[in-house]
Amino acid sequence: MSVQAARAVQDLDHEVEADDRAVFGFWVYLMTDCVLFASLFATYAVLHKNTAGGPSGHQLFDMPYVLVETMALLTSSFTCGLGMLAARDGRKNAVVAWFTATFALGVTFLTLELAEFHHLATTGAGWSRSGFLSAYFTLVGTHGAHITIGLIWMVVMISRVLGSGLTRGNIRRLTLLGIFWHFLDLVWIFIFTIVYLMGTARV
Amino acid sequence: MSQHAGTERLDSGLAHAGVRSYVSGFAISILLTIAAYLMVTDQVLPTGPLIAVILVVALAQFGTQLYCFLHLGTESRPRWKLLMFVAMVIIVLILVLGSLWIMRNLDSRMTIPQQEQYMNSQQGI
Amino acid sequence: MTVAGIFGRLTWSNLFPSVLVTQAAVVSIGLGLVAAVALVTYLRRWRWLWKEWLTTVDPKRIGVMYIIVAVLMLVRGGVDVVLMRAQQATSVGAAAGVVPTSTFQQLFSAHGTIMIFFVAMGLMFGIINLVVPLQIGARDVAFPFLNATSFWLFCAGMVLINASLGVGEFSAAGWLAYPPLSELRYSPGVGVDYWIWSLQIAGIGSLLSGINFFVTILRMRCRGMTLMRMPLFSWSVLCSMFLVMFAFPVLTVTLSLLFLDRAVGTHFFTAGAGGDMMMYVNLIWAWGHPEVYILVLPAFGIFSEVVATYSRKPLFGYVSMVLALAAITLLSFTVWVHHFFTMGAGADVNAFFGIMTMVIAIPTGVKIFNWLATMYRGRIHFSAPMYFFMGFVFLFTMGGVAGVMLAVPAIDYQLHNSLFLVAHFHTMIVSGVLFGDFAGLIYWLPKVIGFKMDDRLLKYSAWCWIVGFVLAFGPLYLLGFMGATRRTSHYASDTGWQPLFVVAGLGVAIIAVGVAIMLLQLLLSVQRRKQNRDTTGDPWNGRTLEWSIPSPVPVYNFAVLPVVEGRDAFWAAKQRGDASGAAAVRYEDILLPANTPAGLAIGMLAFVVGFTLIWQMYWATPLAILAIIVVLAIRTTATDDSERVITAAEVEGIERSRARAGLA
Repeated sequence: MSVQAARAVQDLDHEVEADDRAVFGFWVYLMTDCVLFASLFATYAVLHKNTAGGPSGHQLFDMPYVLVETMALLTSSFTCGLGMLAARDGRKNAVVAWFTATFALGVTFLTLELAEFHHLATTGAGWSRSGFLSAYFTLVGTHGAHITIGLIWMVVMISRVLGSGLTRGNIRRLTLLGIFWHFLDLVWIFIFTIVYLMGTARV
Repeated sequence: MSQHAGTERLDSGLAHAGVRSYVSGFAISILLTIAAYLMVTDQVLPTGPLIAVILVVALAQFGTQLYCFLHLGTESRPRWKLLMFVAMVIIVLILVLGSLWIMRNLDSRMTIPQQEQYMNSQQGI
Repeated sequence: MTVAGIFGRLTWSNLFPSVLVTQAAVVSIGLGLVAAVALVTYLRRWRWLWKEWLTTVDPKRIGVMYIIVAVLMLVRGGVDVVLMRAQQATSVGAAAGVVPTSTFQQLFSAHGTIMIFFVAMGLMFGIINLVVPLQIGARDVAFPFLNATSFWLFCAGMVLINASLGVGEFSAAGWLAYPPLSELRYSPGVGVDYWIWSLQIAGIGSLLSGINFFVTILRMRCRGMTLMRMPLFSWSVLCSMFLVMFAFPVLTVTLSLLFLDRAVGTHFFTAGAGGDMMMYVNLIWAWGHPEVYILVLPAFGIFSEVVATYSRKPLFGYVSMVLALAAITLLSFTVWVHHFFTMGAGADVNAFFGIMTMVIAIPTGVKIFNWLATMYRGRIHFSAPMYFFMGFVFLFTMGGVAGVMLAVPAIDYQLHNSLFLVAHFHTMIVSGVLFGDFAGLIYWLPKVIGFKMDDRLLKYSAWCWIVGFVLAFGPLYLLGFMGATRRTSHYASDTGWQPLFVVAGLGVAIIAVGVAIMLLQLLLSVQRRKQNRDTTGDPWNGRTLEWSIPSPVPVYNFAVLPVVEGRDAFWAAKQRGDASGAAAVRYEDILLPANTPAGLAIGMLAFVVGFTLIWQMYWATPLAILAIIVVLAIRTTATDDSERVITAAEVEGIERSRARAGLA
């Protein structure tokens, strides 16, 4: 008996259970990622005053710039959500459109962030300048690395949906990607508040 | 139709969500972000209370997005996702608050006076 | 950070060690590898090896591989011990001892790292892979491909740490590599980098396994098996995996930060420019304490199964045992400062963590009493696993009491980093984790390999371990009180320590005999496997579901997924007389995941990532990472080839060919 026939004979429930496990497993993985970020936040909190004679956050952070970044990421989380709804409802073109928008906004965010990093690194505020800067770059940079992975994943998913449509597997992976992308905006809320806002407020 | 049934089990939160959930979540998040931003750039409160307020605002936005975007708490019982989230929060609080308490204690007790003086004189503002 | 050419900082002079014992190690490992390759070639088993083992996603096979690797690493870690004991027994006064100091430092660093990360974690994950799906009545784990990848990542870490013997050197900074010693200035060589990447890669494997088994236990229990009907071993694994998931990310971060300090000049833990060395100690132990509970909880679970089975009684106090596990799990995140009371925190911080450390001893004590109560009025069969259990009860209790002493910060100021501490934690790990894992292996291996092992020889081995342990570590408790610190390679003769070190060396020799007996009996058992065949699937009159299926277990585990109505479901079925299952059972086609080389590929690429980062061949690292992404992208393209069918007729054939308990 071929695999397709065997699967057809098998209860649809098994497939659904497998999807359910995938989503739950991924959620659990994200919880562990939260602990990873928490360790980086703890390190930042311990080291944020250790400027070693170098610049502090207050001197370095360009708040309007950060606000633009934040809005880009927040909007991308929104468009991602709309893409998820489209996937649920089987609207393939809407899925491609919304996720492309999400990708564009995500690239905007990442570009702004990399430009900021580059500027800091080339003006004597690189990550080997002080404990504070080491912690800053690593915390924000780890978030940026996650964003990068998300963007690569998004490109793969968009091309898969264009290629084979909204198959069960594609919908499952889009769901995971969506959860991942929302989670990254959640982490950014804390980076925005604890690193940028608090860094600027401490006078 | 079967695909729809599949996605219902796939992410039960997503199954019952509507556009409204995302729009309102987005709108509230924008408002909270701008509010916190303006409070800091205009220095509306002294630093101590200001920090407390923006932390509360951050938590509010966190909760908003958890509910509106991630539909946490809307799954049918047993609520394993919610449970894992709560467990994570507890562990994170222990690790972060614990580390802050421990390190603050250690750093204040284990820094010799000359070192402290040097560090203070070097403190960028 | 400079890109120093194609080979980074690897030069010809790194390619072979200069110290005799290390040379001997490299040569023996090399010969061993050659012998293994020759054997497989001679038996023409390459295709078989590839098809049945290297590309498998079957947790039973993966479990066996974990155990093989762990046992090999046990031998290596043990050889490290023999050398250390020899050194400490002889290097007194004018005598130089058997190894140079720099080698001694690498020995104790390698010993701890290997024993914790590769022996204890390996045995644990091996047993978990073998047993958990069977105990919960499932056919597989939640994410089979992820499971295979985790194993190969574990292997990559193992290969890295062994590579450090021949190519370069290992860390001399202890098994936890505290800064500033582990920072670039005081450890400029590759040793600490080997340590970092070996653990980082293996650690990611562990984290993924943690998620995998956590989801498996929560989501794949058979019908009727509520959590409160689940066997205690599976409960202990659930709790342990919870700890893995929430502790290992802290290790990932800490190792990364240390590497950044060394490789790119950041200042997380440096002695200037705003670094905070104490933060490293804080972070590494925030991981490190949960880690020891990760190791010991499954061992407790094993004892719960073993004691109940060999006492022919249900486990006493099931609910309190579950609550105790849950309590230990939560509390294990609240005690970590007890590893650095002497770093200088105030009385408030130290007192809080000291109290919490004492509190966590309480649920552990509850468990010991429950095991003893299980034995009380049972019909006890003193098998080899029970020998290990009895050794555990006495030794672990005493070691635990020593731990409660150390939990008092004022006492700890006297005993921190003395040999008293070393004796304490070895008592916990050896009599707890190791004895538990040994008992589990003896108890469960027959289910997987299909034949029993030699109980008499294993009892001799248990005696060697118990007596050897007392001789090896009893003196260390005394030495600690006498002021001997850990990690000393040389001491003055007027300390009076030497006789005690000699006794300790004798103890290690006896343990070595015990290990030799274990390995010997394994070979003998393989040779005698036809006589010792387990024909019923239930050699110990077991209580739980894994004993209801044939030995060795068919690839699909259960021909028909069981439905359960209470605890100790198989025992209940046997009492009712219907353990064999209905004669007129309807077999169905079974879908199983197909083999894949992707896990092995990812493991090998991970090794390349680690190796190139260590030797600063930075051009190659992104390529290896890219290759991993490509493998994953290809792998996640689901096709029909990713699954295979076992037809109902095949299932029936397999079931008929293997005898089962209760069947005619």
